[in-house]
Order: sequence, then C-alpha cells, then structure tokens
Amino acid sequence: MSAVIFFIAAIGVIAGAIGVVMVRDPFYSVLALVCHLVSLAVLFLLLRAEFVAAVQVVVYAGAVMVLYVFVVAYVGEEAATIGDRLRGASSAVARTRTLAVLVGGSLLAELLVALLGTGLKAIDSYGAPYQPGPKTFGTTAYIGELLLTRFLIAFEIASFLLLVAAVGAVVLARRRGGIDEPETHISPLHIFRPLGTGTMAEGVDGRLPTTEAGAGIAAEREPEAVEAR
Amino acid sequence: MSIAWYLVVSAIVFALGAVGVVTRRNPLVMLLCLELMLNGANLALIAFSRMWGNGDGQIFAIVVMTVAACEVCIGLGMIVAIYRQRLPIDADELRELHG
Repeated sequence: MSAVIFFIAAIGVIAGAIGVVMVRDPFYSVLALVCHLVSLAVLFLLLRAEFVAAVQVVVYAGAVMVLYVFVVAYVGEEAATIGDRLRGASSAVARTRTLAVLVGGSLLAELLVALLGTGLKAIDSYGAPYQPGPKTFGTTAYIGELLLTRFLIAFEIASFLLLVAAVGAVVLARRRGGIDEPETHISPLHIFRPLGTGTMAEGVDGRLPTTEAGAGIAAEREPEAVEAR
Repeated sequence: MSIAWYLVVSAIVFALGAVGVVTRRNPLVMLLCLELMLNGANLALIAFSRMWGNGDGQIFAIVVMTVAACEVCIGLGMIVAIYRQRLPIDADELRELHG
C-alpha cells in the first residue's frame, strides 16, 4: 500500500517539476508547482514528517503560491510576450537548451553516484524503528520541543531573517517619488507614520499631488492613473 | 519503500530545477525553479532524518522553507520594482549590473 502511494506521489512530484520547467506560460508554471508541492507533502507524510508536511501545504502551497499568482497576474502578460519575441532567435535558444540538458544530466548522474554509491547500508532500509504516539518523531510536539531547546538559535535567526525580508520587501515595493512637495497640513498621525516612508496607507490612497504642477508630475509618472480620473 | 527511492526522487527534482534555472529567461520562472531545487534538498533532508530516526533533518527542512519564503518575498519585490520601471522582465536583457 505504501509503495503504491509512493509511486503515485513520486510521479506527481516529477511531473509537476517537469511542468514548471517546460510550460511556456508562467501562470501554468505556478499551478504545476502547486501540484508538485502537494505531492511532495504526501512523500513527507510517508517519511513520517507530519508537521513538515502540514507546513508544506499551508505555507508553501497556500501562502507562497498565492503571492506568486498575484505577481504573475500583475506582470505576467508582458513576460509572455517577451518569451514569444525571444523564440525568434531559435538557434541560440536551442544551443542553450542542449547545454542545459547536458548540465542537468551530468548533475543528476553525479548526485545519484553521490547518494546511491555511498555504501551506506541504511539507505536500503526502511528507516529507524517507528511507533505511533503523541510525542514520537515528526509530530508537532516533537518539532516544537526541538525548535525551542536544541535549535533555539536557528529558530531566532530564522525569525530575524523573516523580519529583514519583510522590511526589504516593503522598501522594494513602495512607490517611488517620495515626499510630495505641495503637502501642507501636518497631522499628529505623521509622527507615528511619517510621509514618504512607504506605509500601507500611502500605497492605498496613492498620496498623489492635487495641484496642476503636481498633476503634471503624476502624469509623467503614471499616465494611466491620471487618465482614469 | 526504502530510503534510496526517496533520494532518487530528490536528485531528479534537483536536476530538473537546475535545468530550469539555466534555460528559462523569465525571472519569475527562474524563482520557481529555485524553489524546485530547494524542495529537492528538503526531500533529501527529510529522507535522511527518517533514516536515522532523528528530528534534526526536519528542523533543517523547516529552516530551508523559511529561507525560501524570504527569497520569494525579496525576489517578487524586485520583479514588481523592475516592472514599475518599465524595464523588460527578462534575465538576459537586464544588464544594468553587468561588470
């Protein structure tokens, strides 16, 4: 029974990976990656990593892929047309592709030699003995205890990394153009939420200038936004 | 299934991801292929964790997922910033940082 589930999930994993690499449209690439991730979660379950499988489905296939879908919907059309345009220079593309397949094939051969040629006896086994229970290997309680005792520093570094990445993403994605000159009234809210620092409120209401000169600047910056007004 | 089968699957996924990173020119798809490579590594980590009956590999896998989430966050932020500057979304044409 577990062999059947393994083969179904492994086929899903590899087919999803091939789909990500081969499909032309980035949107379908994202959907193939979702299929890959869900099948991978099944493999994790077979390896008794229950918590990691749940995290995989909830965080990866849920949150991260939603982010991807949004960004592909935002920029995807242009990306697709550029892909079509590049198909013209076909000889260079074909050469790159052959080279890439060679590189990938040699990488796969090397990995297989490294993994299967190790001479480790345990590789052919089914793994360490396992009895189901509330605090055995792979459950949430087990992972939580490890994270807060032996791997506390790794846990803290990971949380700090997430904070830095969130700040970096806000800085990257904020509206350029910064502080608008004609802004006159200052409210006490600006002490907590200074202007031009890329807060969410600025992103939502745009903070575009209302004077004529300001409208000209805005038209240069975002033609479609002014036309819509 | 013995552990070796899982390792074979992880090696195949890693190699496919490497091929994708080399062939595709769209940075979005390159990011997706990087995810594939990270997932191949994750599968190997969890398979070895099962082999020794030890949770360390699963913790490593969770840390790798965190790093992948950060990478996606920054990478997609950069792609959106590039799109706003009306630059081409193509890794070969973005040669501002060429030495």
